[in-house]
Amino acid sequence: MKQSNSATPDRQVYANSRFEQIPYDLVKEMTWAIVGMGALVLILAGVFSTPDVPMLTAKQVASQDPMVLVNTELSDLASTGEIAQYGPPYNHNNGSVQAIGGFAPQTWLGVTIPVNSAQDNVLNPLQRLAAINPAVSSTLSQWRTASGRTQQAWIQAVQQQLPKATIHNGRLILPQSGTNLGPVPAMVNDYLALANSGLLESAIDAHNGPAPELDRTRSLLLLQGKADHIYAGKLNMKGEQWGIIKETGNYPGAVWLWFYTLLYQIPPYSTAANADLLVVLTVLLVTAVLVFIPFIPGLRSIPRRLRVYRLIWRNYYREQEGQR
Amino acid sequence: MSKNWTRSLRDRLQQEIPMEHLLPDTLPKYVDSYVYLFGVLTLAAFVWIILSGTILAIFGPDWWHVSPVGHFFNSLHFWSIQSFFFFMILHLWAQFLMAAWRDGRHFTWIGGWLMFLVSILAGLTGYLSQNNFDAQWIAVQGKDAMNAAGIGGFFNLLNFGQMYSLHIFVLPLILILLLGGHLLLIRKHGVVEPLPPDPKSEVRQG
Ligand code: HEM
Repeated sequence: MKQSNSATPDRQVYANSRFEQIPYDLVKEMTWAIVGMGALVLILAGVFSTPDVPMLTAKQVASQDPMVLVNTELSDLASTGEIAQYGPPYNHNNGSVQAIGGFAPQTWLGVTIPVNSAQDNVLNPLQRLAAINPAVSSTLSQWRTASGRTQQAWIQAVQQQLPKATIHNGRLILPQSGTNLGPVPAMVNDYLALANSGLLESAIDAHNGPAPELDRTRSLLLLQGKADHIYAGKLNMKGEQWGIIKETGNYPGAVWLWFYTLLYQIPPYSTAANADLLVVLTVLLVTAVLVFIPFIPGLRSIPRRLRVYRLIWRNYYREQEGQR
Repeated sequence: MSKNWTRSLRDRLQQEIPMEHLLPDTLPKYVDSYVYLFGVLTLAAFVWIILSGTILAIFGPDWWHVSPVGHFFNSLHFWSIQSFFFFMILHLWAQFLMAAWRDGRHFTWIGGWLMFLVSILAGLTGYLSQNNFDAQWIAVQGKDAMNAAGIGGFFNLLNFGQMYSLHIFVLPLILILLLGGHLLLIRKHGVVEPLPPDPKSEVRQG
C-alpha cells in the first residue's frame, strides 16, 4: 500500500493521490461554513437568548429563609456542619472523604485550602462588624473567654429552642431567654444584621489573601448546603432532576456530560457513599478505552461490523462494485 | 559544518506536508458525504466562540449582566458553544463509524479526544465564570467530585479568578494549539480511505 516512489525514494506516495480526484475549494467551503454558522447562532441567540438568574446571597437567605442561615451559623460555630467535618482539601476531618478500600486520592495532597468554618464563616466576619458596632466586641469577648465546653453548651441550648423560635425584624425570638444561652442569641442577631446589610460575603472573604473578591471559596461554602439546595430546588436544578447538566429554565446545559450524570442515576453509583470517586474513575476508564480504541483488537473492528460506513461511502462502493 | 536549523525545518515541512496537500484544490472522489461537513462546522462554531468570547472578555465579566448588548453577546457565545459541541459529537461519531484512525491516523483520533476533553474543561470553567446562580450551583455541586478525585485542592471550582483565567486564556490557547495539530495531521495523511469493500458481499475486490 505504501510503496515508495522511485523519483523521490524517501517520500511516500500521498495516499489520496492514488484515487480519482474531484475539484474542491477548501477556502470557499470554510468561508461559507463560518457565514452559515454565524447565521445559525445569531438566530438562536436572538430567538432563545440565555438565562441569567442572580447568585444566591446571604442577604437573600436572611430575608427569605432566615432560619436556614441561623442553623448554618450555629452548626458552623459548633464545628458540626458539613464543611467543618469535610476533610481534605479544607481540613483534617474525614466527613466527606471518599475512598475505595484504602484508595483515597482526596487525601493525597492534604489540606491545601484551609477552611475553619467557625473562624472563617462566623467569628471573623463578626469581628469585622465589631469595628463598626462596638457592642459586638463585648459579645465576642464573652464568647472568646469561655471554655470550649461552655461554648458548645450555649450553642446546644439555643439549637434546642430553634424549632419553636421565630425571627422578627431580623431578630431571633426564642421561647425562653436565660444565661445558659450565653452570648449566642446576640451573635445570631449580629450575624443576621450583617447578612441583611449585604456585607456578610465580603466580611467572610476579606481574609482570603490579597484579592478576596476573586476567590469566594469560603463565602460560597457558607451557603453550599441547605440554602443553595432550597434555591436550586425552586429552579428545578437539583441532581435528581438532572440539574447538574441543565441550566436554569429549559435551556440545554452541559448536555455533553450526559454519560457522567447518567452514572449518578443508576446503581451501584446512585446509592454509593463514594459515588463521586466511582463515577470519576468509571468515566476515566471508559474515556481511556475510547481514546486508545485504534489499538484495541476487537473494539476497533466495531465500525466494520456496524457497516454504517457502507452508507457514508455508498457512491464509492456502488461504483467499485459496479465495475466488477 | 553545522546543520542549518531553519533549512531543515523548511525541508521537513516541505516533505511532510507540501502546500498542495495543506490547501488542496481537489479531493478524492469518495469524499462525497455530508458527514465530512461535521468537522468543518465544528471549526466554524469554534471561530464564533472565539469571536463572541473576545467581545465578552474585552468588556469584562460584569458587563453582560447589566447591558442588553452584552447579554446578546453572551447568548451568541452560549449558542456557539451548544453548536460546537453538537457538531463535535456528530463529528466524533462519524469518525468512529468510518474507523478514521486507520493507516497512521491514530494521532488525529487521539488528538481529537484531547480536544473533546479540553473542550469539556473549557465548558465547565465557562459555566463557573458566569457570576450567576448557575455558576454558584455548579461550583458547590461539582467541588465534591473534584475533591474526591484529588484535584480539588489545586483546581478549585469555588475560586472565580482561577476559573476565569483558565477559561479566557489557558484552555482556549491549548485548544487552538491542539486544533492546529489536528488540521496539520489531517492534511498530512489526507482524507481517510474507504474501508475495503465488505468481505461478505458477493462482489469482492481484487
Ligand atoms: C475542536 C473540535 C474539533 C474540530 C474543530 C475538528 C475539525 C476537523 C476537521 C475540519 C476535519 C476534516 C474534515 C472532516 O473529516 O470533518 C477533522 C478530521 C478528523 N477529526 Fe476532527 N475535529 C475536532 C474534534 C475531533 C474529535 C473529538 C475527534 C475524535 C475523537 C476527531 C477526530 C478526527 C479524525 C480521526 C479526523 C480525520 C478524518 C479523515 O482522515 O477523514 N476530531 N477534524
